Amino acid sequence: MIVNEQVAVDHGLKKDEYAKICELLKRTPNITELGIFSAMWNEHCSYKSSRLHLKKLPTKGKKVIQGPGENAGVIDIEDNDAIVFKIESHNHPSFIEPYQGAATGVGGIMRDVFTMGARPIANLNSIHFGSPQHKKTKNLLRGVVHGIGGYGNCMGVPTIAGQTSFDSSYNGNILVNAMTLGLVKKDKIFYSKAAGLNKPVIYVGSKTGRDGIHGASMASASFDEKIEEKKPTVQVGDPFTEKLLLEACLELMAGDSIIAIQDMGAAGLTSSSIEMASKGNLGIEINLNKVPCRETKMTPYEIMLSESQERMLIVLENGKEEQAKKIFDKWNLDFAVIGKTTKSKKIELYFDEGKVADIPVNTLVENSPMYDRKWKKAKLPKKNKIKKEDIKHLKVIDVLKKILANPNVCSKEWIWRQYDHTVMGDTIQKPGGDAGVVRVHGTDKAVAASVDSSAVYCWAHPLTGGKQVVCESFRNLISVGAKPIAITNCLNFGSPENEENMGEFVECVQGIAEASEYLKFPVVSGNVSFYNQTKEEGIKPTPAIGGVGLIKDYKNMITMEFKDVDNLVLVIGKTEGHIDQSLFARNILDEKNGPPPEVNLFNEKNNGETLLKLIDNNLIKSAHDVSLGGIITAVSKMCIKGKKGINIKKPKYLINEIEYFFAEDQGRYIIEINKKDFKKVADILYKNAVHFDELGTINENELYINDKTKVTIDELSTFNKSWLTNYMSK
Amino acid sequence: MKSSVITFPGSNCDRDMDVALKKFGFKNKMVWHADAELPKSDLVVLPGGFSYGDYLRCGSMASKSKIMQSVINFASSGGMVLGICNGFQILVETGLVPGVLLRNKYLEFICKNVFVKINDKKNKYFKNVDNEVLEFHIAHNEGNYFCTNDQLKEIEDNNQIAINYCDKNGKIEDQFNPNGSIKNIAGIFNREKNVLGMMPHPERMIDTSLSGEDGSLFFKNLINNLK
Repeated sequence: MIVNEQVAVDHGLKKDEYAKICELLKRTPNITELGIFSAMWNEHCSYKSSRLHLKKLPTKGKKVIQGPGENAGVIDIEDNDAIVFKIESHNHPSFIEPYQGAATGVGGIMRDVFTMGARPIANLNSIHFGSPQHKKTKNLLRGVVHGIGGYGNCMGVPTIAGQTSFDSSYNGNILVNAMTLGLVKKDKIFYSKAAGLNKPVIYVGSKTGRDGIHGASMASASFDEKIEEKKPTVQVGDPFTEKLLLEACLELMAGDSIIAIQDMGAAGLTSSSIEMASKGNLGIEINLNKVPCRETKMTPYEIMLSESQERMLIVLENGKEEQAKKIFDKWNLDFAVIGKTTKSKKIELYFDEGKVADIPVNTLVENSPMYDRKWKKAKLPKKNKIKKEDIKHLKVIDVLKKILANPNVCSKEWIWRQYDHTVMGDTIQKPGGDAGVVRVHGTDKAVAASVDSSAVYCWAHPLTGGKQVVCESFRNLISVGAKPIAITNCLNFGSPENEENMGEFVECVQGIAEASEYLKFPVVSGNVSFYNQTKEEGIKPTPAIGGVGLIKDYKNMITMEFKDVDNLVLVIGKTEGHIDQSLFARNILDEKNGPPPEVNLFNEKNNGETLLKLIDNNLIKSAHDVSLGGIITAVSKMCIKGKKGINIKKPKYLINEIEYFFAEDQGRYIIEINKKDFKKVADILYKNAVHFDELGTINENELYINDKTKVTIDELSTFNKSWLTNYMSK
Repeated sequence: MKSSVITFPGSNCDRDMDVALKKFGFKNKMVWHADAELPKSDLVVLPGGFSYGDYLRCGSMASKSKIMQSVINFASSGGMVLGICNGFQILVETGLVPGVLLRNKYLEFICKNVFVKINDKKNKYFKNVDNEVLEFHIAHNEGNYFCTNDQLKEIEDNNQIAINYCDKNGKIEDQFNPNGSIKNIAGIFNREKNVLGMMPHPERMIDTSLSGEDGSLFFKNLINNLK
């Protein structure tokens, strides 16, 4: 095939990008080379629109062993233990083919983690769908949930937490973000940097097929009406092979034969070989006839661009091939020496005795395009004045029932009971709490993880929204008694070529950076997904933050369910009555304008750290952060989970009942304490200048407000638990 | 007491079972599916997971593994063989216990705590368990037990039903059946009651921080009965 500008454009390259390729090579590329450039230079692999801004993120800290740039981030959890973790998007494929798209998303992120030598110990996910009324939503939700379960369950890795939301901005572009945590010994972490000349380059895992060709390019473009034609770009997952690959890799890693290892994810053999060469400042030579293929007559172009799953590339020490092959033979996996490292600093490919590609590595990586895209700064919207007559007819309990049954608040048990969340025997906090918690096997330590996003806040004001998501992650970890350590981010946005979308990206990143810097909660890994857009319609900006924290003694973990009758319930943090962009404003008043709640980083940090002090002093019986739906929603969930009631007295505030109960002011928690500890708790709170309200006392099974209105917890529970089950069974 | 846990390609509860057995005093060995001989054992466990990916009928590939001939011989000579979840599916495929396991009635994987009523205590698995009802944990996609009417009659006549899904008071009703199993069957013996296949995972219920502790009760009792 003759390569020209049109062919390059068909590969998703811009005309000037094609010109730059010709200039860098000083010739016209052949079709295989063009394919390689298109795979490396697309948005998904090159981060060409985001690189400039991602530099603002704080990535260093005392506990950070490895920040962004490797397969995943690594943090120190003491005693020579480390946690490897990352979140990644699989949005585009999941919309086209929900089961396989979601499944391979989970498979891909687990591979990123075990590539570094870590055994995966927990999975999480953040999934976002269109309006429940949209005709595609139900099937997409079912497919995605089955896909996530199908892969994770088979791998035997528990899925311990997640987040699901519905919003019409996802009607044409759903989001599927998968996160994995792995456990590794600090002195046994593996990296992707090749080193040494003439070292054998090994291919292991599944055979290469024609699936997923141009997957990464597809994920770097908007959708249009021809979306169905893109199905062949979706990879097909085989969790069984991945389980074998996991065990075989960990067995090989127990020895000392691996120099570098890299999984074949987006852009398959192309990006894995180039990344290893680039990091090692070396060249790589590959004989493509040696690549194990699933189908006959595959061309060099297809072999290089296939995104077949469950494959790894390894640079071995010389002379270790036989020993390594034995392990892969035992696990019935392909093992082939396909090339070697060279000093050429080029990627050189041979096929049928001819040279089919010859590209300097730096042209693909360092010289890849980087854009300073135009972006528009968002204004802080004006505050709405809620009219008294709009709310005076509203009864707190009626509104509460509606909110508890809202798709974004209701119980997601229908989803997580389809995920094996107890395999590996260390899950001590299951889905449905503030964060999932797994023990570090065989120790007293436990690791907490949570994944959060607040698209509505980010949409209303990206800078505030970006800060808020980081804070919410911080709060969720603290609520289970964990000390927050670091985060991973998955930045889901519309088209970077649109100034407003690009502005949302830039300012959300700015917000994330400010909050993570202030809270000493650095970003150690992440992923950017642009072009979540169908024609001109983009999604609400949805940065998802995956936070990880440590609990030194797992017996001190906190859960959110109310524990004992007569215990006191306090609200930590001040309630100002911020209603704009709250669930109440959007769903009850149908008011979509206004600013999101303000984020005060000082209060956030101070309130959180003070709560950790209370937990360390064994003064907390249960805790839960206040988020969507405000105080009364948070309290109701604690009642439902604990099968207990509460007598609530609204503190004497200037704001009215509705504002007090449904406002979404930030930096707040609900805590349960024993009556006899009140003085101790109050002293610590006063000493640290943390505002608190005495909210009420726990009773057997009813929720009372100011001794007047009441509702049984069973009734609230029914509202909370039935929406999703009913929706999916219709 | 010596135990052996078989690891098939795709097993994923083998380590959990190893941890549980050791915790309650077994000297456990992990045995590779391609081995021919079982080590000397007082108990052989087929663990949960997705052997061979379960791409064919669940458990059918594993039932033809090299080690399984040894396991079948061991069971036929009266040896104790316990199959959990995928292990239960493998047992029905070998014919060591009767019946089949179909896809769950609602076509969904299900992971949750359940209650089971012990139907028969005249065997080494449940002898001397004080409780009538145990709280166990299930996590499966194909646990819907089914057999022919003739088989069912035979199973009932021989008292081969080990445990049934029930509520916390031991009431066996349809509403407490998580997967559609015939007669709420959660576990079943062979005729001699040395082989037990069951869907619930006692190894996930072995300390208070996990889903519960009735698994501890099961293993403590089992090792005592084997002594």
